[in-house]
Amino acid sequence: MRLMVNGAEQEVDSGPLASLLHVLREELDITSPKAGCQQGGCGACTVLVDGKPQRSCLTPLASVEGAMITTVEGLGDAGELTAVQQAFYAKYGAQCGYCTSGMMLAATALIDATNGDGVTRQEIEEVMGGHLCRCTGYVKIIEAVEAASRGETFDLEELRRAGTAGGEETMILDTGGQS
Amino acid sequence: MTAASTASAEVLIPSSPSEAIEAFGDGDGIVVIGGGTILMPEIVAGRLVPERALLLSRAGLDAIIREGGTVRIGAGTTLEAVAAEAPEPLATAARQLADPEVRRQATLGGNISTISDGDLQAVLLALDATVRHTGSGGERTEPVASYLRRFGGDDERLALEFGFDEPEAGSYTRLDRPHAHPYTYMAVTAVRAGSATKVAAKGASPGCSRLPAVEQALADGASPEDAAARALDDAEPFDDALASAWYRSRVLPTLVARALADL
Repeated sequence: MRLMVNGAEQEVDSGPLASLLHVLREELDITSPKAGCQQGGCGACTVLVDGKPQRSCLTPLASVEGAMITTVEGLGDAGELTAVQQAFYAKYGAQCGYCTSGMMLAATALIDATNGDGVTRQEIEEVMGGHLCRCTGYVKIIEAVEAASRGETFDLEELRRAGTAGGEETMILDTGGQS
Repeated sequence: MTAASTASAEVLIPSSPSEAIEAFGDGDGIVVIGGGTILMPEIVAGRLVPERALLLSRAGLDAIIREGGTVRIGAGTTLEAVAAEAPEPLATAARQLADPEVRRQATLGGNISTISDGDLQAVLLALDATVRHTGSGGERTEPVASYLRRFGGDDERLALEFGFDEPEAGSYTRLDRPHAHPYTYMAVTAVRAGSATKVAAKGASPGCSRLPAVEQALADGASPEDAAARALDDAEPFDDALASAWYRSRVLPTLVARALADL
């Protein structure tokens, strides 16, 4: 079966009832969709299917033949962060990062669907309602999506140089070379 | 990650309702997958290993037709579409299920046919809905109420379309849970059609059921509050991991009263 993933055609061998999540991670080594709950409850595996967010863990491979699949790896241009990605970085929308890929794709689809007309906080909460984050408490995430929806951009290099992001001190842990 | 052992499955992907009906046949040995939101976790975890599967996502069973005072909704219609286009109280009930991404995949037919306590079953009971389905002996149409009573039986049926009359008014009230996804453990639907008010509940008894004592009290001229007090006449509150029978018995009349007040 052939899939279009991040603009490239891919030949995959998995069976027709394999989950799209399984194919992306195990066959194509695209690991931004996370295998969280694997029952549609957490949103960590969300990808865009023809531009709309969808749980890849609930999606049988056969149902997306011919569709355009987009993961975080396919957002924006190579080496450049999109407005949503910038906002998540600058506003501390990510901590451990496990939920971040799904969150950013859902936010991207929401903002794209509005054609620049902006989104309300209620719309953001509705779209993000199925995405679980166990780190941030959601406030920073919602602020990041609001910033991206307003078209805010950030000088990420300046933020890095200043050692701050979101107006707070960046904590850098010395792991002694271990990770 | 658990590898899905589905490499040898024969998957049929019909592109029209007639192809779906032909592929389903008498339903023997075939697993029907609508949106996949209920069955994919079972398949991925290896708890369900279909040898033959019927994937309905392209079968064209997804039309919502409202004309002449009647409503027909294809079993493959997504809950996103039901929430956007179906009449009340079905739209509100669908809108409160899961989250936007799951509603984009999940289907009305799956909620009614795949699990024993789908949130929309009681809504269709209150609407006096019928279901057109196929299987051994061909197509037939029957009330959703009798269709649900045969749940889990040997007579495998493929739901094709649900139908009901446009109600004059409808309301839906449910108990929410902290996480968006689990099915509600108690909800009440009220529908007014003509001079009759119909009331159905999920979680009052195992599965979903109408509350005829409440309906009769309303028909006899009782106030909504007095009618709601009859809710337990037809209930068999039960204990499970989500709520005790005691709690259900205390909450049910309140939910019925709210649903009637919202009509």
